[in-house]
Amino acid sequence: MSPPPSRTLDPKAAIWLAALLLAIIAPFIVSAYNLNLIGRFLALSLTGMGLVLLWGEGGVLSLGQGVFFGLGGYVLAMHLKMADLGQGELPDFMTWSGVTKLPVWWAIFRSPVTAMLGILIVPTAFAVLFSWLMFRRRIGGTYFALITQALGLAFATLLISQQGLTGGFNGLTDYHTLFGLNLNLPSTTRALYWLTLLLVVLAYFGLRWLLASRFGTMLRAARDGSNRIRFLGYDPGPYKVVAFSVAAMLTGVSGALFTLHAGVISPALVGVVPSIEMVIWVAIGGRYSVLGAIAGTLIVNFAKDKISTALPELWLYALGGLFILAVTALPNGLAGFFGSDRWKRPALDETLARWRARKAVS
Amino acid sequence: MNAPLPSTIVPPMLVMDHVTVDFDGFKAINDLSLTLESGSMTVVIGPNGAGKSTMCDSIIGRVRPTSGRVLFHGQEIQREPEHRIVSRGICRKFQTPGVLTGLSTIDNLVIAATADRRWWKSFTNAGQDEARARAETVIEQIGLRDRAEALAGNLSHGEKQWLEIGMVVATDAELLLLDEPTAGMGAVESTQTAGLIKTLIGRHAVLVIDHDIDFVAQLNGHVVVLHQGQLLREGTLEDIRNDEEIAAIYLGRAK
Ligand SMILES: Nc1ncnc2c1ncn2[C@@H]1O[C@H](COP(=O)(O)OP(=O)(O)O)[C@@H](O)[C@H]1O
Ligand SMILES: [Mg+2]
Repeated sequence: MSPPPSRTLDPKAAIWLAALLLAIIAPFIVSAYNLNLIGRFLALSLTGMGLVLLWGEGGVLSLGQGVFFGLGGYVLAMHLKMADLGQGELPDFMTWSGVTKLPVWWAIFRSPVTAMLGILIVPTAFAVLFSWLMFRRRIGGTYFALITQALGLAFATLLISQQGLTGGFNGLTDYHTLFGLNLNLPSTTRALYWLTLLLVVLAYFGLRWLLASRFGTMLRAARDGSNRIRFLGYDPGPYKVVAFSVAAMLTGVSGALFTLHAGVISPALVGVVPSIEMVIWVAIGGRYSVLGAIAGTLIVNFAKDKISTALPELWLYALGGLFILAVTALPNGLAGFFGSDRWKRPALDETLARWRARKAVS
Repeated sequence: MNAPLPSTIVPPMLVMDHVTVDFDGFKAINDLSLTLESGSMTVVIGPNGAGKSTMCDSIIGRVRPTSGRVLFHGQEIQREPEHRIVSRGICRKFQTPGVLTGLSTIDNLVIAATADRRWWKSFTNAGQDEARARAETVIEQIGLRDRAEALAGNLSHGEKQWLEIGMVVATDAELLLLDEPTAGMGAVESTQTAGLIKTLIGRHAVLVIDHDIDFVAQLNGHVVVLHQGQLLREGTLEDIRNDEEIAAIYLGRAK
């Protein structure tokens, strides 16, 4: 008879469960200021999770995630700006710039339904198109990273240059209602916080499922040997397109939620530097670990909040230092300190297994 | 020259028809014509740089012929994307093992053995039972049962060679191209490999590239000698051994 399955919870799962419970009751135990920070950073962690799929498992480094973050954020911000307007009114910055009529690509997002759909569809559709063009032509590695970085730069520049349509450098800010709810009420803030937490948990399980599926295996195969699988009869491109697009969708939602919590979206949040920061969160947390990415995003952003208020000049150096440390000493990030996934067995196990296999052959 | 064959004749499995591969003026393959029949065993020998690997590359689509045609069952394949050529039933083992390092040995084989390789099928488990069964058979054939769950990246060089052969076999392709399958193997391992390859003939057509004359002798196949990108001689190993010109340029040097 086989032994009965153990009922004890493994300690790692227990820690995470405790963290989740704490996160659920956080609105009753932390200050409004800190709750807002946690909400923001949880929203950002969706971007980090997308990078685990794209960069860790797919081996595709994107330095332009800010674009998708911005697309999600701006779609929601446009909706929020219009929600505060009366019939025929224009957002203040448009009036100041001499714009007299609301552009169509604003007006579409006036309805809450189209706005919600837009947050999901706009970043994803753009990602499908962009990545399909790239991967079909077998562009990858450093070239891909550079092209995405250029994309981020172009996006931020475009936003700044179109002052009358996008709010320019200041971006879109100062909104008050969502679905008719007053955004300044504590009850709304709490609901938004829980919504964010729920989406993070859903995204976590969704990603775990995707990575455990055969798609996940094929994505890793495409990462380790694009050519090898091509010569086994597979087209590696679509796996990368899917990874890029799912990551973009998560990043778009991330941008929209962040916009709600922060009360602003602007070019400074979507350009080259923020895009690189996104990669750094994940490098530090662990690019092969979904939980690692969440932890990395929270830790780095809390550190940023503390350090950059105390010593603003120091932050970029600290970030750079952390990044170098993570890349050189901790290729699996902080997650490397914990557990071993199936495809990253401890070296000792491997050596023993190989030794046994040798003996068996001889 | 390129007149279509009369439709009543069944075309050979693979035809290389006056194929030239030109690398910036250097003809690695020079007007090479070759025919392979179903279930046959062909061994390609020739000195280093003769163009043996390039010949395989031009069949599988890794390099494209500058001129000439490659026909598989009478259909031109020399312009098709690699994965489409493979889907027709040609698979190749590369000279340097290219296993999927981040996956387990068995997963490498399952990927190779999966018959329906369209990407959206990866969201389902359709056909996986068959693929897994085939992978289990192949892992026995290549003697890596004990290493099934090991990361392919952690296999020894010889084990990687066998895994790579196993992956090619697992695809169940009609034509298997094996480029130097014994590179880096000792005499015992080479003999085992020859034994494995001989079990494949019939079910598959096999084309093997190798340097080692002892290994070639064990395979007992039709021998093709390449020299400077051209087909120098074809025949049994005996014919080739007794050919003075070949002895001078190749076998003589190998002694
Ligand atoms: N991609 C390439 N570009 C330029 N020259 C090449 C390329 N691939 C192979 N060659 C040259 O073509 C010749 C034949 O190479 P190869 O087919 O690898 O020979 P073999 O496998 O018979 O040793 C060699 O001289 C090699 O240097
Ligand atoms: Mg070669």
